[in-house]
Amino acid sequence: MTTVHDGEPGAVATTASRPRGAHPLLTFLAKRVAVTAGLLLGVTVVTFGLVNVVPGDPVTANLSDQALNDPAAVAAFREKWGLDQPLWAQYLHYLGNLLHGDLGHSQQTGRAVLDDLLHYVPATLELALPSMVLALLIGTGVGMLAAVRNGRFTDQLVRVGALLGLSTPPFWLSLVVLYVFFYQLGLAPSGGRLSTDFSPPPTVTGMYTVDGALAGQWDVAWDAAQHLSLPVLVLTSLTVAMLVRFVRSAMLEVLQQDYIRAAYAKGLPTRVVLRRHLLRAGLVPVVTVSGLAFASLLSGTVLVESIFGWPGVGQYAYRSATALDLPAILGVSLFVALVYTLVNLTVDLLYGLIDPRIRLS
Amino acid sequence: MAPLLDVDSLAVTLPSPRGPLPILHDVSLTVDEGELVGIAGESGCGKSLTAQTLLGLLPPGAAVTGSARYAGTELLSLDARGWQRVRGAGIAMVFQDPSAALHPMLTVGRQLTEHMRVHLRMDRRAAGRRAVELLDQVRIPDPERALRAYPHQFSGGMRQRVAIAIALAARPRLLIADEPTTALDVTVQAGILALLERLRAETGLAVAFITHDLGVLSALTTRGYIFYAGRVVETGPTGGLLTAPNHPYTAALLGARPHGTQTGGTLRPIPGAPPAPGEAPPGCPFQPRCGYAEPSCGEAPPPLTPVGADRSVACVVRPHLEVAA
Repeated sequence: MTTVHDGEPGAVATTASRPRGAHPLLTFLAKRVAVTAGLLLGVTVVTFGLVNVVPGDPVTANLSDQALNDPAAVAAFREKWGLDQPLWAQYLHYLGNLLHGDLGHSQQTGRAVLDDLLHYVPATLELALPSMVLALLIGTGVGMLAAVRNGRFTDQLVRVGALLGLSTPPFWLSLVVLYVFFYQLGLAPSGGRLSTDFSPPPTVTGMYTVDGALAGQWDVAWDAAQHLSLPVLVLTSLTVAMLVRFVRSAMLEVLQQDYIRAAYAKGLPTRVVLRRHLLRAGLVPVVTVSGLAFASLLSGTVLVESIFGWPGVGQYAYRSATALDLPAILGVSLFVALVYTLVNLTVDLLYGLIDPRIRLS
Repeated sequence: MAPLLDVDSLAVTLPSPRGPLPILHDVSLTVDEGELVGIAGESGCGKSLTAQTLLGLLPPGAAVTGSARYAGTELLSLDARGWQRVRGAGIAMVFQDPSAALHPMLTVGRQLTEHMRVHLRMDRRAAGRRAVELLDQVRIPDPERALRAYPHQFSGGMRQRVAIAIALAARPRLLIADEPTTALDVTVQAGILALLERLRAETGLAVAFITHDLGVLSALTTRGYIFYAGRVVETGPTGGLLTAPNHPYTAALLGARPHGTQTGGTLRPIPGAPPAPGEAPPGCPFQPRCGYAEPSCGEAPPPLTPVGADRSVACVVRPHLEVAA
């Protein structure tokens, strides 16, 4: 890092050289990985404990009435899933498997939890990614516009719109969107990931649009995109409503700064001041909120996924929770924790990219 | 020869929740080519608002009357395009706090060259070369490296030098310096003042120096305007203003000023406070705090009237004023 000292004109700048050793970014990343590992361990303990204290029995949740009347069936179920073991033994067993990358088997689907996640996560990702990108573009643009037009009609309109968006229940918006675009206009399919005429493209990413395009099956990719349109519309609107308010207030604060007045005082055109000076400085708080929004989209949006019949993480989490399907619940919890830590890490790295004061200290 | 900047009967009214607030009243001032002019007064007297008016940076809803001509151009009737051409390339500004006025996330080089490229139509290379020259001119060590650095990597004084270099980049003829040394250490102040004087001498730059510090006024400027409650109350060559003031307010300001070389003297604070905008008394705005006020002072704000060859004062009483030595 370079520091230029004041003093006699012509004073020579001094360079404080970085102490030898690992690159600060590597040290930072190593620390974060260690923290994440600890966090995930904590998540397993808490989830394990919570699932075992809630009233309810996985046996009654999973077996039919007929099977419940058969003590042999119940005992077999308990033995199969290790429920006859003491809690600590169950936990250690789970942890041992986890270290080998084995998340156990879901009592509901009968499949490995890891396979389930690999099936459901890409579906959610396919919803979350375009929703987030669109929301970020629209939210930033509209929020900036409202800030620049502070107090005027455009601003009022944006604020009322954002408030409406925030107070709209997601399930209601989903139903309205379905009614208008599917039932009335017939512009988009009602739900699912693909029409019945098509079979899923060969799995690469698990996202049908991408995989379809990769396999050259453009009709499949197009059909998948059409299925995406309505849930993405709903998720984008909700996320935009949330972002706009943050962007607006962040940008308003930046607009008060002397350096924005200084930029105007230099005779720069307004669009340059807004794009280069305002946007750059307002981006830090926007990145924080966007990170949280993206993490919440990735963790699955139960209601929207349910209404659009979208086999994503949210639906999986919901079904596992109601069935007290411990391995699946643990798997989803670990996934959500991982998403939040990764998103936070990305946000922190982005801070450094945006603000040199963070990067250089 | 016509002055470079000629402000005549300027009045500015700002919107407020309680209705329009008049801030500047009947302000007239001139700055000649290559002249260092001081504008002094307490906080809130309208000095900075005058600067904002001259750069077209007033908040929305502000109402401006009067005239402000820069190099023959009427500033107050400029459209957005016209303002963009004047700002930076005609009139440039240095702000009070360089830490706030420099963009924390853009490199010095970017902030130094972006308006050069707009105003002077320079390509990246030419702008870069000029940037190095400018940093050298304001005595920033190792200019090439400074271009790649960010503002937070410099000390306060160096930041203000960078801000001055940025202000000068598009070759303005008038620099408005709004209390550019107030946020700096005293030892650093002198360096910035010397720099401004040197730039004036070397490049023929005219400087309007806004300050609340009469010491700075006398050290740097040749002519001064004393502001009170949005009006010019006295003007003339700085030497005369500060040794033989004609306005009771100027005298009171001098009396309230600590003397650096003297001990044991008394500081005489001015009783009362300046009127808030919109609450000025009907007559002379200083009359409620003035020891020499007469009944006629409450009638109408006294106009700025010439006294002798090069001085004017806005006072009807014109008492004989003693300045504490």
